[in-house]
Amino acid sequence: MTPFLTIVVLVLVAIAIWQMTKIFELSQIKANNTEVASETDNKYNGYLMFAFLIFLYGITIFSFWKYSKVLLPEAASEHGGGYDSLMALSFVIIFIVQTLTQFLLHYFAFKYRGEKGKKALFYADNDRLEFIWTIIPVIVLAGLILWGLYAWTNIMDINEEDDPLTIELYAQQFNWTARYAGDDNVLGDANVRMIDIENANILGLDQADPNAADDIIVKELHLPVGRKVNFKMRSQDVLHSAYMPHFRAQMNCVPGMITQFSFTPTITTAEMRQNPDVVDKVKRINRIRAEQAANGVENKDPWEFDYVLLCNKICGKSHYNMQMKIIVETEEEYNKWIASQKTFGSSMASAQ
Amino acid sequence: MSVTAHAHVEDHSDDHGHHHKETFVTKYIFSQDHKMISKQYLITGLIMGAIGIMMSILFRMQLAWPGESFPVFEAILGKWAPGGVMDADVYLALVTIHGTIMVFFVLTAGLSGTFSNLLIPLQIGARDMASGFLNMVSYWIFFLSCVIMLISLFVESGPAAAGWTVYPPLSALPMAQPGSGMGMTLWLVSMALFIAQSLLGSLNYIVTVLNLRTKGMSMTRLPLTIWALFVTAVIGVISFPVLLSAALLLIMDRSFGTSFFLSDIFIQGEVLHFQGGSPVLYEHLFWFLGHPEVYIVILPAMGMVSEIMAVNARKPIFGYRAMIASILAIAFLSTIVWGHHMFISGMNPFLGSVFTFTTLLIAIPSAVKAFNWITTLWKGNLQLNPGMLFSIGMVSTFISGGLTGIILGDSTLDINVHDTYFVVAHFHLVMGISALYGMFAGIYHWFPKMFGRMMNKNLGYVHFWITAVCSYGVFFPMHFVGMAGVPRRYYENTAFPMFDDLTDIQVLMTMFAIVAAFTQLIFAFNFIRSMFYGKKAEQNPWNATSLEWTTPVEHIHGNWPGAIPEVHRWAYDYSKTDENGEYIIPGQDFVAQTVPLKDGEEELQH
Repeated sequence: MTPFLTIVVLVLVAIAIWQMTKIFELSQIKANNTEVASETDNKYNGYLMFAFLIFLYGITIFSFWKYSKVLLPEAASEHGGGYDSLMALSFVIIFIVQTLTQFLLHYFAFKYRGEKGKKALFYADNDRLEFIWTIIPVIVLAGLILWGLYAWTNIMDINEEDDPLTIELYAQQFNWTARYAGDDNVLGDANVRMIDIENANILGLDQADPNAADDIIVKELHLPVGRKVNFKMRSQDVLHSAYMPHFRAQMNCVPGMITQFSFTPTITTAEMRQNPDVVDKVKRINRIRAEQAANGVENKDPWEFDYVLLCNKICGKSHYNMQMKIIVETEEEYNKWIASQKTFGSSMASAQ
Repeated sequence: MSVTAHAHVEDHSDDHGHHHKETFVTKYIFSQDHKMISKQYLITGLIMGAIGIMMSILFRMQLAWPGESFPVFEAILGKWAPGGVMDADVYLALVTIHGTIMVFFVLTAGLSGTFSNLLIPLQIGARDMASGFLNMVSYWIFFLSCVIMLISLFVESGPAAAGWTVYPPLSALPMAQPGSGMGMTLWLVSMALFIAQSLLGSLNYIVTVLNLRTKGMSMTRLPLTIWALFVTAVIGVISFPVLLSAALLLIMDRSFGTSFFLSDIFIQGEVLHFQGGSPVLYEHLFWFLGHPEVYIVILPAMGMVSEIMAVNARKPIFGYRAMIASILAIAFLSTIVWGHHMFISGMNPFLGSVFTFTTLLIAIPSAVKAFNWITTLWKGNLQLNPGMLFSIGMVSTFISGGLTGIILGDSTLDINVHDTYFVVAHFHLVMGISALYGMFAGIYHWFPKMFGRMMNKNLGYVHFWITAVCSYGVFFPMHFVGMAGVPRRYYENTAFPMFDDLTDIQVLMTMFAIVAAFTQLIFAFNFIRSMFYGKKAEQNPWNATSLEWTTPVEHIHGNWPGAIPEVHRWAYDYSKTDENGEYIIPGQDFVAQTVPLKDGEEELQH
């Protein structure tokens, strides 16, 4: 009801403004109105241009002050640090350019507002100026491109060096499944044509492939900290995208092909929960959730920070709720967990 | 070639006025007069725009107050909002159709269709388009395409809901979501027609600009609007057919069992027969149009802003040749950057590097344009008419939105913001709001030419200032939502507690969006009232130099009552002075293109 009332109020405000301008208009009807900007119009709109510049700076400062805290915490992967630095540099450049150009644009609009008798300067060309503002972006962008491409090549170079852990991320409407390659660290062959739901072969593994027998299929992603992980993505129905924002990682899952992404997690879930930014965020969110729960909203239990895998490519009705929990833990914890999981071979044997 | 074209035009002018018996139908409905067709495009585009904006308000309300019940949802959406709570499927349908309508029907047809039709013949000095008949056909195909798109809103299973990019397999499989049934078929048919009208229109514009320019109107004397509209038509001809092929192959996959885009699919308990296709192929085809498309949207706005800014600054546009060069550079680059929409699509990462390179290159001509606009204002005598305000606003939003393109165009940085609200904020500012501002600027500026009456300036001022504040109010904070990791096209974010502290930003954005939407009613009122009761326009209300202001206020078929005027100079002789510092024409700060060069007057190096 409150939102509805708010809308009604907004409508009324809009109508009020409209009516006010009408009155304003009627009051000066005889003033030889040509509907072309007069000296007064130029003056007022010139001042408003200046005010608008202040508004622009204001909303920038306000947003940073108020909303910086909602941003993602520090990157929890090895390449994520470099990613964040490149992002920070790009933002510095963007804000310098934005502040300067918006100033010039609005200040000129204010300063050179039309006046009777003013003569504009016939100024059609200046090769040197144009050269300067062509060459500056060229140099700056060249720097950004080089850094970006260097980082990109490193991130996208997916290889078998440093004994990576191989994990398949399997997407379907509307959930994720993970498959660990097991002791041999090689994923067994799979295809949707071999899916056999009755016999619990939900990912379509080839039972004749010896590599498949030790594969482990789970609904929660556990990663040992400090070990490189090579993800192989598959989808069984429509496009999905495996988005792991805390690790600065994302790759689409495409039916009919296997895509891949690789990163090394560097911060365990337990450590991340101690990060001051995360502690603050959790506190803030739990305050909001407690309030909502008090107002009778369901499913608003207190939240504990966890890494998540989200679907980030429109995939249908429940796209907004397609997620999987990611737990980064120490080597020992990981080994203990993986040892307690059933292999594909043993679950097939028990099903028959 | 142009000589014969002229001869033809002159012939036409001779028998003009003798046998013109116009009925209501030939004058207002099946008109072949470019001015009437442009008004038809404009009004159709504005109606579609109203529908698109209304949809955006509905889903913005859902985002701000997820799962809440609103009587307005139940009233508009009916069975898709049981008890006034919006259904998740219809949410996706709304964002899909909002995107489709705004990008294609409003900003492509409504913007370039309107102003190409209006301005090309008038500003180059032609009696009409090269083919008035084709021009009429193209409008009516557009109309049909609009009707089919609107019909798709009323089919049983709902309209298309796979996002405006309609990626298969989601869009190809009716069992994947209800919107991929009949609604999707109608979407594809509507788009195929849309592409046909766009091609007919574009070919007409190109031929007209190349062949029907009046005597003396060399390419380097054309107003920048014409350059922009001409180049827009060229990229339309190059890229729209590729979308048609994508749409046709998708239709075949959907209806005839082919596997162009589909392979290895298991859905709802059964394996489908598709084998060997690739959704990535569709993405390539789609974005081969899709990226040039955003320049098809923004270039006409840029052209009009350049023209309107020069007129109202009473100064020539700064760097006329650089402006043309940057339009050409943008047009060329726009066709080789499409892969930046696909960095993480599974495409070979090496291709990603190439597309990063070409994409960041496009920032250079864009920067040149922005700086040239700013310099055009410098030491001007700015007449702050509503059209001028929207032009300045366009430069502002184009810079703000364009700068974040540096992040999205960089394949590395794109990884974590791809498909988040950061992208939504970026493209709404840089092409959505900027192109809309360009469109508004054009409407306020050329309204007197279209309807012979002036729009009310005070309502125009109110319209501009509220819209300007609200568009930043919606899209500036949105960048933060994106950088917090919120994916786009989520029906609600409550499934992720980590997004719970973003609700107040969502509410703020929705408030601004609602106010902005209602402000457009001021514009609608002003537009309709001025059409009938506005102050009668003078022939050249803005004291502009270009040819369209030499035609009489009352429209006549053929544009000029006598011979077509000859052109002697470029379109930007504002405040030009002789060596004594006096205006070329004493007491008048502009020299129309039709005025011959004075003795000793130098035509500048353009």
